[in-house]
Amino acid sequence: MATEKINMPQLGESVTEGTISSWLVGAGDKIKKYDPIAEVMTDKVNAEVPSSFTGVIKELVAQEGDTIQVGDLMCYINIENSSSDSEGESAPSEQIEEKQTTARKEAAGEQSMKRRYSPAVLKLAQEHDIDLEQVNGTGQGGRITRKDIETLIVSGDKSVRTTPQSNIEAPGIQPSTSPQPEQQASAKSGGTEIPVTGVRKAIAQNMVRSTQEIPHAWMAVEADVTDLVSYRNQIKNEFKQQEGYSLTFFAFFVKSVAQALKEFPQLNSTWAEDKIIQHQDINLSIAVAKHQELFVPVIKNADEKSIKGIAREINDLAMRARSGKLTSDDMQGGTFTVNNTGSFGSVQSMGVINHPQAAILQVESIVKRPVIINDMFAARDMVNLCLSLDHRVLDGLIAGQFLARVKEMVEHTNANTTNIY
Amino acid sequence: MPVMSYIQAVTAALQEEMQRDEKVFVLGEDVGKKGGVFGATKGLHDEFGEYRVLDTPLAESAIAGVGIGAAMYGMRPVAEMQFADFIMPAVNQIISEAAKMRYRSNNDWNVPMTIRAPYGGGVHGALYHSQSVESVFANQPGLKIVIPSTPYDVKGLLKASIRDNDPVLFFEHKRAYRLLKSDVPEDDYVLPIGKADVKREGSDVTVITYGLSVHFALQAAEKLEEEGIDTHILDLRTVYPLDQEAIIEAAQKTGKILLITEDNKEGSIIGEVAAIIAENCLFELDSPIQRLAGPEIPAMPFSPTMEKYFMINPDKVENAIRDLAEF
Repeated sequence: MATEKINMPQLGESVTEGTISSWLVGAGDKIKKYDPIAEVMTDKVNAEVPSSFTGVIKELVAQEGDTIQVGDLMCYINIENSSSDSEGESAPSEQIEEKQTTARKEAAGEQSMKRRYSPAVLKLAQEHDIDLEQVNGTGQGGRITRKDIETLIVSGDKSVRTTPQSNIEAPGIQPSTSPQPEQQASAKSGGTEIPVTGVRKAIAQNMVRSTQEIPHAWMAVEADVTDLVSYRNQIKNEFKQQEGYSLTFFAFFVKSVAQALKEFPQLNSTWAEDKIIQHQDINLSIAVAKHQELFVPVIKNADEKSIKGIAREINDLAMRARSGKLTSDDMQGGTFTVNNTGSFGSVQSMGVINHPQAAILQVESIVKRPVIINDMFAARDMVNLCLSLDHRVLDGLIAGQFLARVKEMVEHTNANTTNIY
Repeated sequence: MPVMSYIQAVTAALQEEMQRDEKVFVLGEDVGKKGGVFGATKGLHDEFGEYRVLDTPLAESAIAGVGIGAAMYGMRPVAEMQFADFIMPAVNQIISEAAKMRYRSNNDWNVPMTIRAPYGGGVHGALYHSQSVESVFANQPGLKIVIPSTPYDVKGLLKASIRDNDPVLFFEHKRAYRLLKSDVPEDDYVLPIGKADVKREGSDVTVITYGLSVHFALQAAEKLEEEGIDTHILDLRTVYPLDQEAIIEAAQKTGKILLITEDNKEGSIIGEVAAIIAENCLFELDSPIQRLAGPEIPAMPFSPTMEKYFMINPDKVENAIRDLAEF
């Protein structure tokens, strides 16, 4: 004996529910197929619901007055000649279902779609520097879905980020041995992640390129600039009044460097793989910091300019750098860099060479220090001059001679020897 | 706020508009004393009389033609086609006259007419009582085609259609008439024609559809939520002209798009929706655009099993969404 359900039939167009106005049968009643079992009222028609089976009513589920959705259960009926069909039918369908589940499970381990990228996935991966090879896809056949990437971006997981490749490798060095930046950890909770863009990105690229490509060597000399300091202090107020801008110590150093470069052109050059190019012009790059940015505008033909002319140009370039008005022309053509690290109070530093130049000179802070002169202590204004050099282009000898010459010039800068105009 | 069925919302909108503006009148087959074959105009004949609720002969071309003429003289007719399937004799009037009148007369004349018609299958209506005919009219500039999916939208959009100064085809799904019920405010509100509506926010798959299929999509989405699949549903509401901005926004939301119509697949409204997405969203797409639609068969079959095969239902929608989510 099998139990079947009798459901609310569709009693007309647009009818979706019916209210049972009265049951025509009760539990235990024997009925034949198509016998009326209940009267049902819809908002279109009143109708009798026929039985779908021959059998005995087992239970009336719906009560008189209940409103039943089309297809919902009205009552149960026991059928005497329980058809084996219905049981026979259910078995194979279960098998099919089982087969489908296993098929789906097999598909889960499959990776055939792993490299089928949708436009959305490719675009997001490019925008966020994500290496798709390292991403596990949750889509069909291991496909990486847009949601996989979005989740990854939100999570801040950087283990799948592509590492920026410098396209210039140091000569002779195999790409495989070129140093790769360590995978950075993502900002810990409470930290801030600052996207690297614009000038910051350019600075980073130049620095990496310079340190990877140029074998840096360093040396430093100490210079006694007591005379220079007193000379400059003596005239600085008058100068400011007359010219309208400051006469800085830095201008004196730039002038001396320009002059020394004229005598030692080896430092005013560029490494060009199979040759070294010595530059005719002495164009000095000077570093100017502005907030998070660093600019290196150029004083062109510095050797042809007076101290006053250099001071004015430094002032002009610095002002324009800080107001963001430097043109790309202002920053091109530098052949050597003089860096005023002393302005930050630094007394010693190792500069990174401004690629493709051959050297950089750091002018450190001028500090009063006890110095022994003629076996006696004296309070003198001392400054360290730190040089970074491209060891491919230069050796210690030339660089030392150059530094000695700069030292000599700055130490002998005073009212008698030097005219600022 | 009273709960109204879809068809009660139709009646409420008609009644309120007729009370508000005496230029509004209703005409159609059996709309008067009988109150329409579905009961959409029930009570209007008693309230407004035979001159504002006109029983017409069985001549759809005349119903449309009378409406157009009256509209051009300043009336606001609401013509009823008893079934959308019967609109065919009126196509010439609607496309050649109503849709083009403003353009043809250089803006001197216009046709502020609404044509209501019950469409769609799933009610054992067979060939002549089940068709979706919107795509026949969906490339006729000058016409607007509105297909609401909820009682709330019915009232707001039917009022907007009646007040619109150009012809609007207003298709009502006959299976939705008594199937769908919801809260409908008693006050006088209108909804904008030409604007789609997000019926459900979601992040996995975007479903774009209209009419009764919105209801099926909502049911499927509710079921799929238990599996962790989050469905976004955009109801087009106006199928011509389409709300491109909303379609693009909804498509970009998930990049996996399922378009559903009860109409035959080829040449249907959703093909145009697919084209808009393809033109604008290439780099947001994460799967091929999928269409779930009726088969290429001349009409809805009468046999219940065959009808079931033809019709969209929540199971079909559910499977299609799941397939996309898993892609």
